[in-house]
Formats: sequence, structure tokens, C-alpha cells
Amino acid sequence: MTLRKSLSALLCGLLFGIGLSLGGMTDPAKVVAFLDLAGHWDPSLAFVMGGALLLTTPAFRWLLRLKRPMFEERFVLPTKQDLDFNLLAGSALFGIGWGITGLCPGPAIVALATGVPQFFVFVAAMIAGMWLSDRVTLLQTRRQMMRAGLPSASNLSGS
Amino acid sequence: MEIVIQPEQWLRSLAGGLLIGFSAVLLLGINGRIAGISSILAGILPSARVMSEWSWRAMFIVGLILGGAVFALLWPGALQHTLQTGWTGMALAGLIVGFGTRMGSGCTSGHGVCGIARTSRRSIVATITFMACGMLTVFIVHHVL
Repeated sequence: MTLRKSLSALLCGLLFGIGLSLGGMTDPAKVVAFLDLAGHWDPSLAFVMGGALLLTTPAFRWLLRLKRPMFEERFVLPTKQDLDFNLLAGSALFGIGWGITGLCPGPAIVALATGVPQFFVFVAAMIAGMWLSDRVTLLQTRRQMMRAGLPSASNLSGS
Repeated sequence: MEIVIQPEQWLRSLAGGLLIGFSAVLLLGINGRIAGISSILAGILPSARVMSEWSWRAMFIVGLILGGAVFALLWPGALQHTLQTGWTGMALAGLIVGFGTRMGSGCTSGHGVCGIARTSRRSIVATITFMACGMLTVFIVHHVL
């Protein structure tokens, strides 16, 4: 059960990695040229997202009407609906880092295959940033639970 | 603004995009999961909360690196990588990218490819935000500083 899920994930990762390489996303110079509207703007990378959406938009619509995926009981989808501060601030921070280096998470991982040490520094720092962010979220959640929990706890002890 | 017109590059990018889309459709159709790289990577760190998801996520990440290696083997020299910043820039920006993608619940793949396909309002807003901030940053770094 787990084996076939892992093997299909490996195949998906492989196709995704080849797609990112072929599309040009792994070249930081190309990404910066795409983001550089004021210079020599290279629109190539719009075709990467466009090409992906060309498939995912109709196919997701069709798939999500099915009862379940092939190897699983159910589809696991994001549940949050609201536009909150974290979504905007997090995306803004990500955009800044993307603009400085021309690297987003997927292509950075794929670029490890080049063996260039700077990519390893980027990915290690990215993992540290992810860990830090998850810690902050965990602490925030705990504090919220404490705040929500304490009054009722004091009520209990008072009664 | 000058537009670089390279139709053969556009075709190559389109082919790469179709492959990415195909992979995301496979992952959803077979395993029922969203191909969002930042969430998949964060899900194999020790800080991850759900450990039952570990193996498929780890395999996906291994697949990504293998994909780069396979591509470099098939087309020697085609996996170009012109770095835009030095060691310090890579480390600092890496930290920001990691922190930001977790805080914002996703990156170019999860929000830009999968989220927009589901017409998620959050993903559309996130994609506009990181694209705009990326463009603004490039403008400041390359035309102001």
C-alpha cells in the first residue's frame, strides 16, 4: 500500500523535476529576466505556469468530482478559506527572496543536481526558515489555546 | 521595457509547464495530494506534525533531484544556472523564502499551479502578491541600487 504510493510520488517528483528543468525555472537568470519588467523582459516563464494550468485547471475540476483518488480513501485539500495576514505577509516575504535569488523552492531543490555549492546553501537556509516559521506558528497556536483555555480553567477551579 | 522574443524558448517552457501540470494531475489523481513543493518539503522535517505522510513526501523530493539529474544527463549543458547573488545573499534569501512560503502556506507550485487550478481565492491572492513583490524586488536590486 505504502510502497505504491511512494513509487507514484517518486514518479511525480521525477516528472516535476524534468518539467522545471526543461521549462527554464532552474536558471536564476531566466527567473530574474521574467520578473524584470523594467529591463529586457523575458516572458518565457509565463509559458511554464500557463502550460501547467492548461492541464491542471480542467483535470483538477474533473478529478475532484470523483469520489476518491486511485490509491487513497479521499482527496487531501487545503481547508483554509480566509485571506489573512499570514497569507499576505508570507507571500510578500517569499516574493522578495525569489526576486533576490531567482529561486523558488522547487527549482532550488532540482538545482541541487548541478552540485553547485551555493544551491546547497540556499536549500539549507530555506529548510531552516521553514523550520523557524513552523515553530512560530506552533507557539502562536499554543498561546491562543492557553488564552482560550485559561479562563475556563479558572472557572473550573472556582466552582 | 523591451520584450525578449524567443519563440523556441517559449515552446520549451510550454513543454516544461505541461510536464509539471501532468505531474500535478497524476499526484492528485493517484495519491489525492496537492503538488506544493514547500509543503511537501516542510512535511519531511522533524518539525512536521503528521509523520504518516513522510515516505511519499520524501520520495517526491528525491524524484525532484533525480529529475534534474536525468535532465542534465539527457541534455548535457542544458541545465543552466547563472547565479544572481553571492553566498550571503543565497543564505539570507533562502531563509526568507523558507519562512515566507510556510507562513503564506505555499509557493509557486502549490499556489501558482495547483491553487489557481482549483480557483482558490487564497492562492490567487498569494500568487499576485509574490509575483508583484518579486518584480518590485528585481526592480529595486537591478535598477535602483
